[in-house]
Amino acid sequence: MRSPHFLDRTFAVHDHQADRLPTHPLHSAAPAASQWTQLQEAVAAAPIRFLHGTTTLAFVFQHGIIVAVDSRASMGQYIGSGSVRKIIEINPYLLGTMAGGAADCSFWERYLGMRCRLYELEHKERISVAAASKLLANIVYRYKGMGLSMGTMIAGWDKTGPQLYYVDNDGTRLHGKRFSVGSGSTFAYGVLDQEYQWDMEPAAAAELGRRAVFHATHRDAFSGGYINVYHVRADGWVNLSHDDSGIAKFREYIGYERYVKKTAAITQERPREVEGEVREAQERMAI
Amino acid sequence: MDRPLSHSSFLPPLFSSAPHPLSPPHSVPHPSAAPSVNAAERPARWSPYQDNGGTVVALAGRDYAIVAADTRFSVSFSIPTREFTKITQLTDRVVLASAGMGADRQYLHKMLHTRLAMYRHQHQRDMSLPAAAQMLSNTLYSRRFFPIYAFNVLGGIDSATGEGFVYGYDAIGSHEQLKVVCSGSGQAIVQPVLDQQFSGRQRYSVPDAERAPSLTLEQATALVRDAFASATERDIHTGDALEMWQITAAGVRQTRYELRKD
Repeated sequence: MRSPHFLDRTFAVHDHQADRLPTHPLHSAAPAASQWTQLQEAVAAAPIRFLHGTTTLAFVFQHGIIVAVDSRASMGQYIGSGSVRKIIEINPYLLGTMAGGAADCSFWERYLGMRCRLYELEHKERISVAAASKLLANIVYRYKGMGLSMGTMIAGWDKTGPQLYYVDNDGTRLHGKRFSVGSGSTFAYGVLDQEYQWDMEPAAAAELGRRAVFHATHRDAFSGGYINVYHVRADGWVNLSHDDSGIAKFREYIGYERYVKKTAAITQERPREVEGEVREAQERMAI
Repeated sequence: MDRPLSHSSFLPPLFSSAPHPLSPPHSVPHPSAAPSVNAAERPARWSPYQDNGGTVVALAGRDYAIVAADTRFSVSFSIPTREFTKITQLTDRVVLASAGMGADRQYLHKMLHTRLAMYRHQHQRDMSLPAAAQMLSNTLYSRRFFPIYAFNVLGGIDSATGEGFVYGYDAIGSHEQLKVVCSGSGQAIVQPVLDQQFSGRQRYSVPDAERAPSLTLEQATALVRDAFASATERDIHTGDALEMWQITAAGVRQTRYELRKD
């Protein structure tokens, strides 16, 4: 078979650091240094917003890997979509997650799916998670400095058991037991690190993933929508749940009553018409 | 070094046999190699984009899809023409509407028609709706580093089941299958209303699965007309006329309604 086609090209060495500093006063006074810089400046100046913003997490435990994500995609202040599928099904044994540019993640992880299938046909066995994640890391490394935006986790089960990798657009590739990526990741890590245990049962582990993403959607304005949870097992991944974060899960984890009761306590000493408002609020929030 | 900028150096050869969908440029000149020039002598920044406004909507029901757009074409605060169609029919069952820049839209539509014709000649049948949706995404992503300034909504019916589906896109090909979507200058005022009327997003007490009401084609048509009339009242880049394409198993029907022309 032919060598992988994207390897048989050569590239000039390029100082990408220089490209990343177009706003430096000295740099911006200089002429556009190359066609590439000129193009990137023009594109950056255009009012194009791509889908962004996320909470994604994945962790390994005794029964496999739990992957949990939100579903919000914002374009600046606007919620471009509240129902994005941020867990990408690469094949029945491999999952990828989406953080950063939605198009970059879905395009390259779809392409990765094709590469994994070609690997199977050539080698008569499934690709390892290490190899699959390395394919992706090598692809994005070729585009380093060109503006790709991806923060992804590759989760799967191979001969060596459950494996989890983090790959991003810098070309970073990390093997680990616990990752969270995106604008809401710090909130998710807080819950995850507090409650995580290796020997959890699958239901408890899934609930931990769900809770961690929920608390991220609660505190991070760029995260929200639905919480999707997958479980990677020895016999492939399964889709466990799809819950509305702002309604069903808010009611379950936080509860509307808490807010209403506090308001009622304060307004006890206040005139009657305010009580009417409180009653209305209670009726509205009882749902 | 100061050669005029050529677009083609960033465009992948569309129909070449090159197996890789997107190749990085073979060589990029080193920035430090450029001669330094005074700020005053520097030419104005090259600006390849222009927003020509307009709103596009697509929505789908059990046995139909609707794709609609206004016909206003604006450049900043002036209106060069009031009769500029943003919609193109891709196959008997698939229709595309694009807001954004007029020139990029024309380029994109032409490119898609070419690729569809090639598919037809190769496979002796029309492309299916999901295939057309993926092809549009790949076409947009092929220009990842010099995006096509077009915001697309694609609508059509499944050739097997007759069920309607629509797809929403960002400028570089991120896409999602939906039941209702709006793009363009009126997006922020139209989309929330369609979500509420069409998907029942405001009815928190109803379980998720039961929330989406099913509208008939007539109800959906009336909803789209109202949405555009309202958007025209508040968005300066939307107006003049509404073009609506209704796609059903019986075929594609195009209707035109007048909107405010001020």
